Order: sequence, then structure tokens, then C-alpha cells
Amino acid sequence: MPDTIQDTNLPYAIRAYSPERLREALKKMYLVRKFEEGAEDSYMRGLIHGTMHLSIGQEASSIGSTMALTDEDKITSTHRGHGHCVGKGADLSKMFAEFFGKESGYCRGRGGSMHIADPSKGNLGANGIVGGGLPIAVGAALSAKRLGTGAVTVCFFGDGANNEGAFHEALNMAAVWKLPVVFVCENNKYGMSTSTERSTAVKNIAERAAAYNMPGVTVDGNDFSAVTEAVDAAVERARNGEGPSLVENLTYRWRGHSKSDRNRYRTKEEINEWMGRDPIPAMAKLLMDHQIVTEDDVAAIEAEANQIIADAIEFATQGEDPKMDEVTRDVYTPESAA
Amino acid sequence: MNAHSKPDLRELSYAEAIREAMDIALTNDPSVILMGEDIGVYGGAFQVTGDLVDKHGTDRVMDTPISELGGAGVAVGAALTGLKPIFEFQFSDFAALAMEQIVNQAAKVRYMLGGSVSVPLVMRFPAGSGTGAAAQHSQSIEAWLGHVPGLKVVQPSTPEDAKGLLLAALEDPDPVMIFEHKILYKMKGHVPEGHYTTPIGKAAIRRDGKDVSIVATSLMVHKAMQAAEQLEADGIDAEVIDLRTVRPMDRDTVLSSVRKTGRMICVYEGVKTLGVGAEISAMVAESDAFDYLDAPIIRLGGAECPIPYNPELEKAAVPQMPDILAAARDVVKGRV
Ligand SMILES: Cc1ncc(C[n+]2csc(CCOP(=O)(O)OP(=O)(O)O)c2C)c(N)n1
Ligand SMILES: [Mg+2]
Repeated sequence: MPDTIQDTNLPYAIRAYSPERLREALKKMYLVRKFEEGAEDSYMRGLIHGTMHLSIGQEASSIGSTMALTDEDKITSTHRGHGHCVGKGADLSKMFAEFFGKESGYCRGRGGSMHIADPSKGNLGANGIVGGGLPIAVGAALSAKRLGTGAVTVCFFGDGANNEGAFHEALNMAAVWKLPVVFVCENNKYGMSTSTERSTAVKNIAERAAAYNMPGVTVDGNDFSAVTEAVDAAVERARNGEGPSLVENLTYRWRGHSKSDRNRYRTKEEINEWMGRDPIPAMAKLLMDHQIVTEDDVAAIEAEANQIIADAIEFATQGEDPKMDEVTRDVYTPESAA
Repeated sequence: MNAHSKPDLRELSYAEAIREAMDIALTNDPSVILMGEDIGVYGGAFQVTGDLVDKHGTDRVMDTPISELGGAGVAVGAALTGLKPIFEFQFSDFAALAMEQIVNQAAKVRYMLGGSVSVPLVMRFPAGSGTGAAAQHSQSIEAWLGHVPGLKVVQPSTPEDAKGLLLAALEDPDPVMIFEHKILYKMKGHVPEGHYTTPIGKAAIRRDGKDVSIVATSLMVHKAMQAAEQLEADGIDAEVIDLRTVRPMDRDTVLSSVRKTGRMICVYEGVKTLGVGAEISAMVAESDAFDYLDAPIIRLGGAECPIPYNPELEKAAVPQMPDILAAARDVVKGRV
């Protein structure tokens, strides 16, 4: 992890990560964006039933927050979780197949967009319940501590989730038991239509950390380097047995909350202003400014991401549907596996 | 979908009918308030509150933070002390977060305090599957709440009843839980103008018949009606009963129907085991109507699993019209 360059005038990410990892991070950001554009397009063409929650505009937060994690580390994610999946190394083909409800999907077509998980890579799953992942993350951190695995859990949640009781109970327990967990709030200003101003008694969610006696910082969530700097420090603290932290990434979702959103609660100006702060070109520029990539490299990375998505859609389209007589399969663990 | 429409009568959708009931309540009674997530400017996740906030203001159409336990509890406290809240859960599944306040507080406080208080609270729950929203957004949990003395639980299946039962719930001094099927929100049907109530605890016979009683709830009433039409071609005359209220259950209507037909099928979307159909069946089995049965009772309920995402699996997880058809044929032809 943090290795090579010592020059403190350089942005953190440039100091901390190898060129190879930084190129990979840019590619992942493109993958999240293209996955979601592909998902949206499939939805518009009537290929998907159900709904979906797009994180377009939030890619620096999801990818930046997972940079310091290994496959042993865990994450818990949210309904807006595609970026977290990609950050934790998910296979885009299996993600798309899940979205299409196929047997070859991550959840064998049982879960859909809102429940994608990959326990083999430490991704404990997206969640349909706002705040549902918060105590589960604390439980994963408890396991890591008791079992001595050294794993850290990153718990993603939204600004809206900070008003659930589960948030407060989870942070308190994590602090009391000094558990290796990092709470990453992706504050995109709204929980569905309700702004933080109208729903939350503090200005920044990170202020809540004080009530649970843990460090809390607020960073520009569209700045990849700022996100990694804050989250990596929290991950290191957790790994060193110093307990939990709260990091708040200020960001914005460009699209509506879900497909039924008429955007009546925010202005076009606000949306446009944030669209002008696209985290992906900003990341590309960061890497170009430090001679890690050229413009041609960026174009090649984007093209590669496009190809991966096209292949993933093809894989998903070819996939088989689940068998109807297996509808009650996997409700319980079979005796042979117990 | 259309609920038995009569041509020259005014029609509204199920969602519009509920909105009209809330509008009437807000207009007539200053103690009524609406609470819920995104029910203001967003209009509600299913556009049920719609533009009520424009007319009645944010003090009476209150967006809560995403705080189901606390929000429900605030509604209980307000109901105890002079307000009449109508609390909307964004999805019925999220009632799980608020069970403490619903089950331990709202349902029991009157009894625990020896009858010295009442909780005139109305809660609305968009329920059911069919939207591709998977396991945590598609449940039918009316039997959970129907198990709790102190609560009343209704499941309107038509726009007319959706309005009438909501207005009846508001006149009821005790907590009334209203399960609204998401698939019904767009269904149109006749809705009388102005204020009226539909009695809580009273089932409706949607179709008279003599061969088999199909006792159904919510969306299943419509599937049962479609099945009944097709059964006519087989010479089977099915009676369709819309249960409408899960607690307290309308014993008389169900038992007299079974005495007449001698056969009963219960159809409900909640998980079959320990569900609403178990109670309906036991009601018959424990009464004289049992002697009139010519065939075993059949229950058609949800499969023993969470609601899956894949659309075909999702359909396989809840009773469908052909299942009702097949069950009716079997039970009438003595094949069970
Ligand atoms: C317990 C619960 N309440 C409500 C919802 C409906 N819902 C889904 S996402 C959402 C908004 C969440 O806001 P936030 O936590 O800020 O995440 P964002 O959508 O902005 O990423 C709501 C109200 C839910 N899924 N679960
Ligand atoms: Mg948010």
C-alpha cells in the first residue's frame, strides 16, 4: 500500500500509490460510470424490471475509499452500491448478469441491482434497507478482532442513513469495543428528496463522530486523492487496533434517486454545477499532471472500459434464467453443508 | 385493470382515492397530519400523497428523516396527545424497523394503562410483490401485524374501499394499519364523492356463487375474479369474497358462504404457512360450517421464500390466476 514517493508537495494519491494502481483506479472509475450508463440504457429499452440507483458522479468516493483494501478486508454497501462492488474487484459480467436476473449473476438472479454481493472478495453486499449495513459492518469488525484476521471493514452509507437508529447504535458499539471499522458516509446532499438541511441536525455528518468519541473528517468526495488520504488514514488506524473512524465524502448524484424521480426538490443549476465537477476527468487530469498517463492513455483506458462493459452485457444477455422449480432453494443451508 | 366499473360513475385510481381521503381528512379535521418519508415535494414514493403538500403545507404534510422507528414513535406520541397522524411507510417492509413502536407501544398502551388512553393512529403500508424490487421491498406482512391484539389491519382491494377504509380508520379511536398493494395504485374504479366510510371488519362478496367460496385478500381478489369468470365456462359457479379486514376478521360472511358452497379456497400473497389463510381455515374448522364442507380446504399463499428478483421467479413466488383456476377445478371435481 502506501509506498514509494516521499515528496509531501505531491498530492497524497500520487505519493501513496504506484502508477499501475492509479491507472487501475481510473479504469475502475470508468467501469462504474459505463456500467451504470449501460444499466440505464438497458432499463430504458425495457430489458430490466425493477428499479436501480445510479451513483454516476460519485465514482471518486467509491473507488477512492476501497484503494487500501485487500481481498481479506470487508465492505458493506448500500442500495447505491455498484461503485463499491467495482472498487472491491467485482466481475462486471456477473454484475450485469445479476442485473438481468440470470443464473450466472452474483446472486443467481435472486437479488438484482440492490443486492449484489461477492463474499469471496470481502464484499458483504449492497442493501435494500437504508442503514441495514451499519451494524453488520461492526459485526464483521468484531469477527476480525476476535479471530485475529487483521481485516478492516469499510462501511458505506448515505447521508440519509445517518438518521436511522442503526447508525447511532453501530457507531457507539464500534467505539466502545474499539473495532477495526471505517464508516464512510457518501454525503450527496439528499436522501431521496430530503436534503440534509431538512433532515439532519448537524451541518456535516462527520460532526456526529464526536458523540461516539472517534475521529471524523469531511473531504471533497469528488477528489480522488482527498478521499484516499482520509480513508487510508482511517484504515491504517483501524489496522493498528486504534478503533473506528468516520469519513464523510461530499459528493453528488447526477441522476434522480431512482427511476421514478422527477427531481422536484433540487434545481437544474445545482445539478449542472455538480456535473461541472465530474470526478473522472479530474482524476485523469491528476494523473496526466503527474506524468502517470498521457491523453492517449486515458482514451485507451476509457476504450478498454467500454469493451469490458460491452462484453459484460453480452455475457449477461446469453445467460440462463433461473429454474422456476428452484424458487425456494437457498432459504436454508442444506444439511450436507451445515 | 379495472374494478367492476360502471360507465357513468366517476372513476379514480386507487392512489387518487387514497389521496382524496387524506385531502378530505386534512380539510375537515385540523388535528390530522401526514407523516412519512418523501411524502412532501416528492409526492411519495408511489405518488399517493402527490401534491397535498402544496395545498396543506409542510407543517401538516411532514417529510420525516429516514427514521422509521423514531417517526412511528413520534406518530404514536402525537396520537396519544391530541393529533391524528396518518403515517406512511415508504414500503411495508420498513415496518420491520418500527415494530417496537407499533407492536409494543401503539398496540398495547391502551390496555396496559387500564383503558385510560387511546391511540387514534393510522399507518399506511405500500405492500406486495410484482415490481421487481426483490426481497426487502416486496413482502406482504399483514399477518405479522394481524397477530397483535390492539391493532386493526385492513387490506382494501378497490379504489372505493381504499378511500372508505382510510376515512373509517380516521374515525376509529384505535390504531389501524392499512396495507395497500403497490400493483393496485394505478387501478381505476368508481369512487363516490365526498366523505363516506367503509366498515372495518366487514368482508365484501364480490361475486355470488354456489360451488366454491374463494376467500381472497388485496390483489388476489382480482385474480380470483378473473379465475371465477373462466370457471363459468367449466360450469363452476365460484363465490368470491374480498376479506378486506384481516383483524378483526368477518366470521359471519365467510362461514355463511362456506355453508352455502361446501368448498373453500383461501388466496393471499403473504407466505402460506402461518398466514392469513391459516386463520380463515381454522375459523371454518372450528365452527359448524365445517360440517358443510364437501372437500378439504385449499390454501394458496406465497411460497416459503423471500421474494426473488428475477421476474419469472417473482411470479412463481406468489399465487397466480391459473393456480386459482386449477385449485377450484380440483376442489369442485373431488380431486383433493
Ligand atoms: C429503512 C429504509 N427506509 C427507507 C428506504 C427507502 N429509501 C431507499 S434509498 C433512500 C434514500 C437514502 O438516502 P441516502 O442514505 O442519503 O443514500 P443515497 O440514496 O443518497 O445514496 C430511501 C429513503 C429504505 N430502502 N430503507
Ligand atoms: Mg444521500
